[in-house]
Amino acid sequence: MALDRWVAVVFLTICCAYGYTAFFLMDQAVPPFMQRNPVWPSSFPKILAVAGAALALVVLVTSKESAPKEGEIDYRRLGEYELGRALALVGLMVLYAFGLHEVGFVAATVLFLAVGGALLGERRWHVLLPVALVATVVIWYLVQEVLGIYLRPFPGFL
Amino acid sequence: MLDPMLDALQIVLQPRILLMVVGGCVIGTLIGMLPGLGPMSIIAIMIPIAISIGDPSAALILLAAVYYGAIFGGSTSSILINAPGVASTVATSFDGFPLARRGEAGKALTVAAIASFVGGTVGAVLLMIFAPMLASVALLFHSAEYFAMMVVGLSAIAAFAGTGQVAKALTMTVLGLMIATVGQGALFNSTRFTGGILELQSGIGFITLAMAMFALPEALYLVLDPKRSKRGEGGGSSEIKGLRITRAEARQIAPVIGRQSIQGFLIGVLPGAGATIASFLGYAVERNIAKGADQAEFGNGSLKGLAAPEAANNAACTGSFVPLLTLGIPGSGTTAILLGALIALNVTPGPRLMTDQPDIFWGVIMSMYIGNVVLLVLNLPLIPYIAKLLAVPRTYLIPFILFFTLMGAYIGQNNTTELLLLVGLGVMATILRFADYPLAPLLIGFILGPMLENNFARAMQLYGGPSFILERPMTLGLLVFAAVLIVLPSWRARRARLRKAGVAEGD
Repeated sequence: MALDRWVAVVFLTICCAYGYTAFFLMDQAVPPFMQRNPVWPSSFPKILAVAGAALALVVLVTSKESAPKEGEIDYRRLGEYELGRALALVGLMVLYAFGLHEVGFVAATVLFLAVGGALLGERRWHVLLPVALVATVVIWYLVQEVLGIYLRPFPGFL
Repeated sequence: MLDPMLDALQIVLQPRILLMVVGGCVIGTLIGMLPGLGPMSIIAIMIPIAISIGDPSAALILLAAVYYGAIFGGSTSSILINAPGVASTVATSFDGFPLARRGEAGKALTVAAIASFVGGTVGAVLLMIFAPMLASVALLFHSAEYFAMMVVGLSAIAAFAGTGQVAKALTMTVLGLMIATVGQGALFNSTRFTGGILELQSGIGFITLAMAMFALPEALYLVLDPKRSKRGEGGGSSEIKGLRITRAEARQIAPVIGRQSIQGFLIGVLPGAGATIASFLGYAVERNIAKGADQAEFGNGSLKGLAAPEAANNAACTGSFVPLLTLGIPGSGTTAILLGALIALNVTPGPRLMTDQPDIFWGVIMSMYIGNVVLLVLNLPLIPYIAKLLAVPRTYLIPFILFFTLMGAYIGQNNTTELLLLVGLGVMATILRFADYPLAPLLIGFILGPMLENNFARAMQLYGGPSFILERPMTLGLLVFAAVLIVLPSWRARRARLRKAGVAEGD
């Protein structure tokens, strides 16, 4: 089965869960004075759930295997692309998300930019590290001083 | 009408605002030139900065300048290295790159700059005429019509998605609407669909979603397929000379630019069409109009073939502001992001914007005139130097793009969960793109979702039920129109298929 049909199946499941919540769980929480209203918090979601499920079925039935467009990535041959690098960068972003609070903005960002560049094949550390450091300090200064948004620059224990 | 316009001109001529226009144009041009980064990603990355400015008219002026700057910049990389920075300048490379290879890159860039300038300026004049007219019609709308109008907008965006894509685009729209219902709504004061997760209480941030839908997948695509960032064959980027065009050439392209400025604008006004369709259609129309040797020249370095898409895409980019400023309904992913930024700044675009906040309405329009002049003055002499930027190595470029998307989401919400949400949604968006689902409808659905539901609820309350659909002829008409928009493409495709099948049997 092609990927777009799998997506349709997943979406259909989401619609079912969403619809179940809208039809059977939400209305109990409606306070009595609102029950005479013609429209409830669940009204619009109910319409969406039904429409979404119907559309997912339409995609599931009508979708045809199509040749990959030029310039787009053919997911059937994903192994031939730089999948490992892409996944490593996604992992690096997750690490950055957790590390930002722990080690502070400056260290986390310098590491992120430098390791990101290295993952993409840059080996000249004597260029990469200074670029990352200068960029980080400039961005930190701009965000903190010009935009006035506080970013903790150093680890909490300092 | 003249008074608010002059007031707006005064605002726009303030040094601070002029700086926004110039800065936005420069940033847009620079990033628009980098192959693989579209205007939507650039604007998404710029939004946190624009929002922190705090002044809505300055923010919108900055973002608009980035938008048309990016369209302009995209044409430079199309011409010089045959690698369109944005989709709407793909048609520019058809004739621009042959010219550059012939050693006439300077002339090509001049024609592109002039065509863009005229397209953008004509677009701004038409915007000034059309927007107030449409706004006065829209003032007659009630919540029922608003609801119906938004349904029409969402359907039109799906209908333009292409054959076999309508159902997929609608699926994405509904998904966007569903995501919009997560969190605490203003209407009912009740929390919905958070699954008990505290961080979802305030809903999903619009910047996070915009970054996750556009900037992140584009960056991941650049990583996955290294060819994307250097698709071109390398043209005459080393030396650009001879920026002048002759009088005869000017006379040749003048009517093309005139026609395509108007046509491009009108296409830009339509929801779902936008600059990309305008540029391709403009190219096709001019090729059909041209005769003989002139027509054969198209694709081999025709000045007309270069001027047509350039005038059309810039005019369309301006035209897409009409539904945004008058109805508050975005017709494209880019204007949807602009709408999101305005809402974040507590401005609700709609027919009342022109009278209630004329400084925003007219300020943006006035800034477009100045922005187009800035682009022309700034870029013509600087093009040879700007072109050097095309050589930024991807090992530096990509980590920075990823970092800016993370920063954008973080600055808005200041918590780690938002970053994880961004990465998760970004991976989801990349998979959806693999499966050929369009992502712009999702974001547009997300941004229009709360407004759609509010107007629906208000109409329901006024009429005590869904009877407003039948009792208000305009509402009914609009909803029928929306249904026709959705059904028509698949009905026509089906008929074409049946006819083809019939022929095959006949043989």
